[in-house]
Amino acid sequence: MSDASIALNRFGLGAKPGERLPDDPRRWLTDQFGRWNPRPRALSDVASSATAGRVVVETQQALRMEREAMRQRPAAAPPPMTPSPTMTPPVMAATPAADPQRAVRADIRQDVRRLYIDGIAARTAATVESDTPFVERLVHFWSNHFAVSADKLEVTGLAAAYEFDAIRPQVLGNFRDLLIAAEHHPAMLVYLDQAQSVGPDSAFGRRAARRQVGLNENLAREILELHTLGVRTGYGQGDVTELARALTGWTVAGLGRGGPRLVPGEPGQAVFAPALHQPGARTILGKAYPDDGARQSAAVLGDLAVHPATARHIATKLVRHFVADDPPPAAVTRVERAFLSSNGDLQTVYRALIAAPEAWRAPTAKFRTPWEWTVATMRATGMGRGEPRAIAGMFTQLGQSIWRPGQPIGFDDIAASWAGPDALMRRIEAAERFAGRVRDPVDARALAATLFPGTLSPATAQAIDRAESPGQALALLFVAPEFLRR
Amino acid sequence: MTDRRHFIAGGAAAALAAFAPRIAFARAATDRRFVFVIQRGAADGLGTILPVGDPAFAGHRGALAEDAATARKLDGMFALHPALTAIGDLYGSGEALFAHAVASPYRDRSHFDGQNVLETGGGAAYQLRDGWLNRLLGLLPRDSARAIAVAATVPLALRGAREVASYAPSTLPDASQDLLARVTQLYAGDAQLHALWDQATATRALAGDLSGNDGRNAAATGALAARLLAPADGARIAMIETGGWDTHAGQKGRLAAQLRGLDALVAALKAGLGPLWADTTVLVATEFGRTVRVNGTGGTDHGTGAATMLLGGAVRGGRMLADWPGLADGALYENRDLRPTTDLDALIAGAVAGHFGLDPARTMPALFPKATAKAVVPGLIRA
Repeated sequence: MSDASIALNRFGLGAKPGERLPDDPRRWLTDQFGRWNPRPRALSDVASSATAGRVVVETQQALRMEREAMRQRPAAAPPPMTPSPTMTPPVMAATPAADPQRAVRADIRQDVRRLYIDGIAARTAATVESDTPFVERLVHFWSNHFAVSADKLEVTGLAAAYEFDAIRPQVLGNFRDLLIAAEHHPAMLVYLDQAQSVGPDSAFGRRAARRQVGLNENLAREILELHTLGVRTGYGQGDVTELARALTGWTVAGLGRGGPRLVPGEPGQAVFAPALHQPGARTILGKAYPDDGARQSAAVLGDLAVHPATARHIATKLVRHFVADDPPPAAVTRVERAFLSSNGDLQTVYRALIAAPEAWRAPTAKFRTPWEWTVATMRATGMGRGEPRAIAGMFTQLGQSIWRPGQPIGFDDIAASWAGPDALMRRIEAAERFAGRVRDPVDARALAATLFPGTLSPATAQAIDRAESPGQALALLFVAPEFLRR
Repeated sequence: MTDRRHFIAGGAAAALAAFAPRIAFARAATDRRFVFVIQRGAADGLGTILPVGDPAFAGHRGALAEDAATARKLDGMFALHPALTAIGDLYGSGEALFAHAVASPYRDRSHFDGQNVLETGGGAAYQLRDGWLNRLLGLLPRDSARAIAVAATVPLALRGAREVASYAPSTLPDASQDLLARVTQLYAGDAQLHALWDQATATRALAGDLSGNDGRNAAATGALAARLLAPADGARIAMIETGGWDTHAGQKGRLAAQLRGLDALVAALKAGLGPLWADTTVLVATEFGRTVRVNGTGGTDHGTGAATMLLGGAVRGGRMLADWPGLADGALYENRDLRPTTDLDALIAGAVAGHFGLDPARTMPALFPKATAKAVVPGLIRA
């Protein structure tokens, strides 16, 4: 593959028609740091975290009132079976609405649903229109590294705001700031149950002893295993429990334990509530952290952010994402060193990644995820805007519901997870549909040369040449081996 | 709508000749069907098969033990969660076996490492690269060695040297016959895409018309799996993925909803298989169990020992399989988890060896080459 094609497809998100080919592909990537706009026009109307949080809390209150009203109506039908909210991915979902009560509840959930769907549409538009596609890709990488999953109502409402407010502004800064922004956002606090966790010896914990409140170690474990050090790097159950204790106090007003007196703050916003915090010093990875309220867990996160295991973990994931499913060790070492020597300065880390010769040599073994493949087709045809529900639904049909990986490890980043027989068939179906929607005539032969400068295979060129119509030629380009990989 | 089926069944396109052998109607050397339902997220065994006879159970579980009041008694020690009505009936008719305090060799508490061990059959995470279900295919007679993932992509347990199909319903319109033929040509020179494409087209022919069954809930998934398994030329092995078992908070309602889904899935699978149910074994297993004590948020955290189910007409069921370690504080694993006493690898190897009439001494090392236990659990399947 040519360097220009690698810059456009492996590091970027696929070319746009008429896009000028980068003369210096490496420079084209690093120049994007200066041009990056965390809040481009496509995102100007999206709801803020404050708004989304308020909507989520209000929706929860409305649902509670509805349930209460149902209970007080004695003649009403027996309550319907709750559909399992998360027995969905990848093949299961709640049973379709079958009774009026469920319809009422679906109606109450509308605003939350809207936040999610509109967020996906805005993300898609921003990605398709972006002229800094490398940084845009990094947003998606980090959003998946610090994954939340829209399986519960609260996360459904907050997932878009999480990416736009916590991830986007931090992707060119320091890893520590990104880490703290992610862990302190209400979406993460709710998704990994931190909002419910209470120090057993905190003011609230002691008072509520008989009402069964206490620790939940979910967020603490995933911070160590997924967000920072990585699995099997030497921490133990004791470190998980201690970090869970240090994190107590962090919660979301209106969505966690304790009323507005103990947990003051705007409904739906992240807060540190001292009344929920487990008092005392904590020992994590052999280091003691004095009880310093909110600063206690921040100090732990600060140390985790620059830990050698974290550097190794992040370097491995970045190289897997940008180079190959099996990350070449030399490239990992190069990125890891940059991380350590710069204390997690992300631009330094990305420059090391771009400088790795392996990134420019490896064969195109990265199989595009449904997200990557779809936005590449949209960039190629300039069709990034549309009916939000249709856009969100398309990703689900192709096997990757946005912000809904179903588990805190996020979506997989290897070919075996995306290159399935049925997944391939769906791309062919979707390609034909996309191609049929392109209104202006597109010459697929010229487009192919723009998208894959110096790289197009004779087989693909021939298939496009022999197509029976311009639309079919475009569909064949979208499902060609070059287009499925990067 | 009929384009694709016509394309595949009609064999009009010349390119089709390449597919024909794979969907030829060879007589199967085995009529037995095996289904693996994976519970991702660490399903709570103690909440599913409740050890109501253990004196420490109610104390540990608090409000979560309330399900015991309406649970179906299985024997002197155990009771079944009330949401599992169809599965309870299977137990009554001798077609369900529940094993408790079961664990794979994995002993830490990471979902993702735990699932890796459960699916690869390795002794530790990332020790093996292919899945034990794929290796099982290598032990079956060639013309019965067909497996399918009821999902758009193939989960790790089914990945490996043998090609495996995948299928999940979608609402995308079918692609035109002409485009399909051209794609076949386009992929001819690409090893990876060629193999995937082969499987994709063959499977869609089997799935047939799914209108009226959108596959979007648990029962529809069970019915779809039955449909892919039932034909004489259909799959002999299927894998179904379920998620949502990670009940850190508010477990009571969430677990009940999950189990209702599982119950509906199994009921639909049984109904769809009809008389073939007599030759079927369904394995339901998870990566590890959950803590014995309730956490501070009405849920449970990652644990160790779990429960495993074997369901189907081929199973010697109607019984519990448990070397019960007890729930007294001193008996717990690392003072928090159910201590595992039954080896999941040996249980799975015993089930598949019995089911497909394989030599257990050959099955164990093929499926679980790193296992410390060398003997399989015998007597799980009717001869």
